[in-house]
Amino acid sequence: MWLFLATEILMFGGLFVGFGLMQGVYPEAWVAGHHHLDRVLGAVNTVFLLCSSFTMVMAVHYASTDQKSKTVMNLGLTLGFAFAFLVVKYFEYSHKFHDGLLPGRYFNLAGIGGPPQQAMFFGFYFAMTGIHGFHVLIGIALIAWIMIRANRGDFSSAYYTPVDLVGLYWHLVDLIWIYLFPLLYLVS
Amino acid sequence: MSEQAHHTSHSPLPYLLTLIALLFLTGITVGAAYVDFGSSTVNIIIAMLIATFKASLVALVFMHLRHDKPLNSIIFLSSLIFLGILLGFCMIDLGSRERVYPTGLRKVDPPPTAAPAAAPPAAAPAAH
Amino acid sequence: MADIITSPHISGHADHHDVDYLHDGKGLKSWLTTVDHKRIGVMYLWSILFMFFLGGVFAMMIRLELLTPKETIMSAETYNKVFTLHGAIMVFLFIIPSVPAALANFVLPLMLGAKDVAFPKLNLFSWYIYMAGALIAIAAMVTGGVDTGWTFYTPYSTTTDGSVALMTFAAFVLGFSSILTGVNFVATIHKLRAPGMGWFDMPLFCWGIYATALIQVLATPVLAITLLLLIMERTFGIGIFDPKLGGDPVLFQHFFWFYSHPAVYIMILPGMAIISEIIPTFSQKTIFGYRAIAFSSVAIALVSFIVWGHHMFTSGQSQLASAIFSFITFFVAVPSAIKTFNWIVTMYKGSVAFNAPMLYALSFLLLFGIGGLTGIFLGAVSVDIHLHDTYFVVAHFHYVMMGSTVIAFLGGLHYWWPKMFGRMYSEPAARIACALVFIGFNATFLPQFVLGSRGMPRRYYNYLPEFQALHQASTVGSWILGLGFLIMAGYLFASLRKKMDAPANPWHSRTLEWQTASPPITHNFHEVPSVGGGPYDYYRPVGTGRNA
Repeated sequence: MWLFLATEILMFGGLFVGFGLMQGVYPEAWVAGHHHLDRVLGAVNTVFLLCSSFTMVMAVHYASTDQKSKTVMNLGLTLGFAFAFLVVKYFEYSHKFHDGLLPGRYFNLAGIGGPPQQAMFFGFYFAMTGIHGFHVLIGIALIAWIMIRANRGDFSSAYYTPVDLVGLYWHLVDLIWIYLFPLLYLVS
Repeated sequence: MSEQAHHTSHSPLPYLLTLIALLFLTGITVGAAYVDFGSSTVNIIIAMLIATFKASLVALVFMHLRHDKPLNSIIFLSSLIFLGILLGFCMIDLGSRERVYPTGLRKVDPPPTAAPAAAPPAAAPAAH
Repeated sequence: MADIITSPHISGHADHHDVDYLHDGKGLKSWLTTVDHKRIGVMYLWSILFMFFLGGVFAMMIRLELLTPKETIMSAETYNKVFTLHGAIMVFLFIIPSVPAALANFVLPLMLGAKDVAFPKLNLFSWYIYMAGALIAIAAMVTGGVDTGWTFYTPYSTTTDGSVALMTFAAFVLGFSSILTGVNFVATIHKLRAPGMGWFDMPLFCWGIYATALIQVLATPVLAITLLLLIMERTFGIGIFDPKLGGDPVLFQHFFWFYSHPAVYIMILPGMAIISEIIPTFSQKTIFGYRAIAFSSVAIALVSFIVWGHHMFTSGQSQLASAIFSFITFFVAVPSAIKTFNWIVTMYKGSVAFNAPMLYALSFLLLFGIGGLTGIFLGAVSVDIHLHDTYFVVAHFHYVMMGSTVIAFLGGLHYWWPKMFGRMYSEPAARIACALVFIGFNATFLPQFVLGSRGMPRRYYNYLPEFQALHQASTVGSWILGLGFLIMAGYLFASLRKKMDAPANPWHSRTLEWQTASPPITHNFHEVPSVGGGPYDYYRPVGTGRNA
């Protein structure tokens, strides 16, 4: 599983590298661009994901100690936080679209003014948060599947590997956000 | 393939403490963003350091790396090292395009000023 | 291994109690739902051979077009699509999966004494992903094709018409097949070696596959994100690589080659791994310098990650970066040379037999020598300035990709054919085909070195009349090469119509895959083999070993 996580790190890492390099080329546009990101919402999302990582590892813990109902409950809480994350993202995106800040050729500078290379900043923003969001969706599907299986009694202290593996995946999604948040929202 | 890390003491306390630490560090990250440390590079470095610290906590505690076999940590770190290679060499390139032989061209093309048709690509010789 | 402890009645064909894997379950469904690594390997084999045929047809079309300086059989736009598709098919659909997915899938667990790979269902899933990618690629071909060259350089690839997004998405999907195969093999080698087989007791083929799998896992994801960004730039206009939008086209090249240079080592390392098996067997002698070869494989894998800029010397990369990449590139020659010398010394005072697999291995030694050395020529910045994007580069990479990897693949195919299908092919026909392939290959590509050094650019549809003679020589060479392959297809298919008559160990090899029936039973071995001694203990008489 760690091998697979390594591939995910390298894939997202490529995006980070591109982002970082272009930031060196267009620093003013990057500064201007990220002022239009809502730090509060970003911080709230960070809190959601961190809490979801906590409830996920608690679910793994309870699965490994034969506490089925607490396992299911914590998986459910993880799902709740994940959904909350997506809801906040939905609001962020719709606000951006409203301002004309769409990816790529649909970008309309008139909505915010400032350096034109913000188009590239927002291109990265949508690409990075979009792919991350896609991974959140996959995570939700995986956690839901694990929750159904846990409820059915598939897991015990002798066998809880799937919970562990889905947990590792979910923590990786959290890890990526831990870096996404400051890079996109906070650096000035 | 990760193996199930078997701890003898099964208290969930470390997880809770880690969560509190993570939330606390998030607060610090946000706060630090409002402080001007002089140059933007320093800001980035501080943000990245805090993020790395948070990531380490998640990896070591939540992902059980500190109890797991060392091979998994090696795999994890290797991916970061190779990412660093990608970043490092690209930075050498982008940072030194003008150094050895100044050509007067910019690193990348200037964005189109008025009409897009009016800006011919000046700096990037296209490879075939 | 010199000595293994298994059930004593290993005969040439399967026992009554256990059916061989080919007959264990009949019908299409049993194959499409199999988790047997041998069946999956065979399914991959037919898929990639079909793709090789398709890519070869495109190659013949290219050479036909180049018979005359101006238009011969197609328009310029069509020509661009033909060479792009030839490259993309050969790279993504044939060569990268060829040895790992088709041959190693079959042989690796057998060599390790295991029943299967670490994740058999994931293995089947990887094949389905490959087929999905292949279908998407075919869809891209028939819906307009791609004319960017297999390297998809921006900004042309982000602005041209054609099915670029579809083709790059196919490559994206195929990349996951490669990644999952790599994950599977790393886990298999770490976890499923037979009792008593330490890291330095396994055959060198396994070391080569391990190094390859490391590259597959670490490099392919970067290609995935690069292609994804390319698709996003085409569909949404996110201008990271397009200068008109403020982007940097050289950045695309950095990202692309960060994968694609290690990718060429995904191609050659398994080929070298096969050679490391064939030469000891057909010299009936222990390999010289086992650890050197093993460590060289890993060294090549690691160094391959830090040299990618040598594809970009003329692209606008900074001169400092170019100098650094050039300097590091020279180091890759060292482990490659170590291997080559060790193989040659292995044959010294050995009892050499010239069966078809060995003929391919010997061809490899010569052709890889030429291909590898010309790569070093190109690695020098000053030389590359003149030779970049000429036919010299084309000749170089065909010598390493085709003259080395494909030759090694063919050697492996002939070597393991009796094991996989239980039949021997016609040895005289095989030698004739090998000779034709060798002669045809050199006739095709040797003139291209000269063409390139005299200035003939690559991917050009028209050319100056002074180059015509060499182009025509090259085209005639391609016909000889094609004939060789046709003969090969003939006798290989003919062998499948015979009844199974192959002995368990026709080549008298000492590695574990030969210590079980040809073809093997579904679970590979009747009992778990226990290993003592090294994999190439030819100096011990059969039946003795450290545990005897």
